[in-house]
Amino acid sequence: MSDVVAVAEHRRGELRAVSLELITAGRDLADHTGGRLHVAVVGGDVDAYADSLSCEGVDVVHTIDEGEEFNHDIYVQTLTQLATDLDPQVLLVPHTVNGMDYAPALATALDRPLVTDAVALEYADHLTATRELYGGKVEGTIEVGADRALVTVRPAEWPAATGTGDASIESFEATIDESAVGSTVTGFDEVAGGDVDISEADLLVSVGRGIDEEENLPLVEELAEVTGATISASRPIVDNGWLPKNRQVGQSGKTVAPDVYIAIGISGAVQHVAGMKGADTIIAINTDPDAPIFDVADYGIVGDLFEVVPELTAHFE
Amino acid sequence: MKVLVTVTDVALVDDDFEIEGRRIGEEYLTYELNEWDDYAIEEAVQLSETRDAVEVVTVTVGPERTEETIRQALAKGADRAIRVWDDSLGETDVLDPVLKAELLSGIVEDEAPEMVLTGVQTGDDANGATGVALAQQVGYEWAAVVNQLDVDAEADTAAVHRELEGGVEEHSDVLLPAVFTIQTGINDPRYASLRGIRQAQSKPLDVYTPADVGVDFTALDESLSLTSLAEPTAESDATMLEGDAEAAASQLADVLADSGVVDQ
Repeated sequence: MSDVVAVAEHRRGELRAVSLELITAGRDLADHTGGRLHVAVVGGDVDAYADSLSCEGVDVVHTIDEGEEFNHDIYVQTLTQLATDLDPQVLLVPHTVNGMDYAPALATALDRPLVTDAVALEYADHLTATRELYGGKVEGTIEVGADRALVTVRPAEWPAATGTGDASIESFEATIDESAVGSTVTGFDEVAGGDVDISEADLLVSVGRGIDEEENLPLVEELAEVTGATISASRPIVDNGWLPKNRQVGQSGKTVAPDVYIAIGISGAVQHVAGMKGADTIIAINTDPDAPIFDVADYGIVGDLFEVVPELTAHFE
Repeated sequence: MKVLVTVTDVALVDDDFEIEGRRIGEEYLTYELNEWDDYAIEEAVQLSETRDAVEVVTVTVGPERTEETIRQALAKGADRAIRVWDDSLGETDVLDPVLKAELLSGIVEDEAPEMVLTGVQTGDDANGATGVALAQQVGYEWAAVVNQLDVDAEADTAAVHRELEGGVEEHSDVLLPAVFTIQTGINDPRYASLRGIRQAQSKPLDVYTPADVGVDFTALDESLSLTSLAEPTAESDATMLEGDAEAAASQLADVLADSGVVDQ
């Protein structure tokens, strides 16, 4: 079969945007393999999700009405059965936290090679996927020699599918082996709350790994003080416990869109950029001229933050 | 209770480097303990310190070079280490994380730990997949991207928090035995003490070939191949503010003043 199956993702009653991005990636791929595009959605209000997933270019939406929230055991069991049934050439799964929680097990169960975190896909006789290595410093192209594969797809790399299509919606009856369900979701927690909401700020002064030591934080705090900015941070600063979780910008923290975002000593890993690329003006200060933060910056200074930041502070004192 | 921790070293690339064929020249690489694995080691060692009779065993797939990293894990408090290698493994990079997991599966079956802790991902390949593939292969439960882990050994379960996107955590109960992929920030990894470093020298480090642990590597069918490796083309259209720190800061101050967001 030359078909493509894209698996949708939802959380707490809402379809996540990556689902529609997978439809775009999947449609393009299916046009090249000459197959049909199927979308699968497991759990929750599958009928409502199916309506939203029935975009232009989707041939079939398979609804699997098992459970409310994501459960990896249910996903692996049901999708193994669906994929065995449809035998698609390529199975696409989002490279998200939940995707990481079932795609590798699904690939193992289906005995398919696994390519993760693809940022580009091509098909001409063989499937090739582009992915980043070494923290984004290089891109590798991986050719899939097998005629079946499972690929996880990086969010926000493909545009979301639009339009309403005429997909047929089919309910898939899977068999669940309850004895093999060994994990239970007991609840959810918003962890980024607290006294400060960085997503409300007009001016964010954001600090990253380049600050080196907790003792150096006052340097950035003084700049924030004199400019009336709010302080935010990239992941390593929060991991180290130097600033609380509610200050974290990025995929696992907050998404922000201030008027001005000043990235100080932040290299600009994709997970960070996902949370701040919507800022009107992005300013980056970094010693490494090749740091990816400069790819999204409007203004850049290649220089030592320990020299530049005090000079900048002095201008506003 | 036995806890197995997978440990690997990762290649850091110099700011300036050359690609030679489909590899980065070895002279531009330095190796260090994978950041995520450091948190996994700490989580296991803390468990052994707060409970009786917890053995922490590390397992690494890698050449002799990796023993430096393995000794670090021992110095931080792991009890013993296993390294799996065969020189034929060095001839190509294993690309498929499902196959990487198979190299570890024999050790898990031999050691039969109650828990396996892995890092969420490595800093170089960043597949984020080996732990969950391993769990499926050995028939363990699992949870990926764990940033809190509470083990109830009597009840044979662990209560975990999984770090989802957007500042949301999922709380789950997971039956043991299980594989947990550990996220950075779950704890505060220690530095090895001098005493720890001395003790690490005399802790057991056993070396096996894949065949020793029942994995026929030549039969693993790698269908993925790396056909090119390239530096991404720079997409920056930023206005660079030139000059020394004072000059650059002065231009930036003008930009900020013009933007109207600075309290004057």
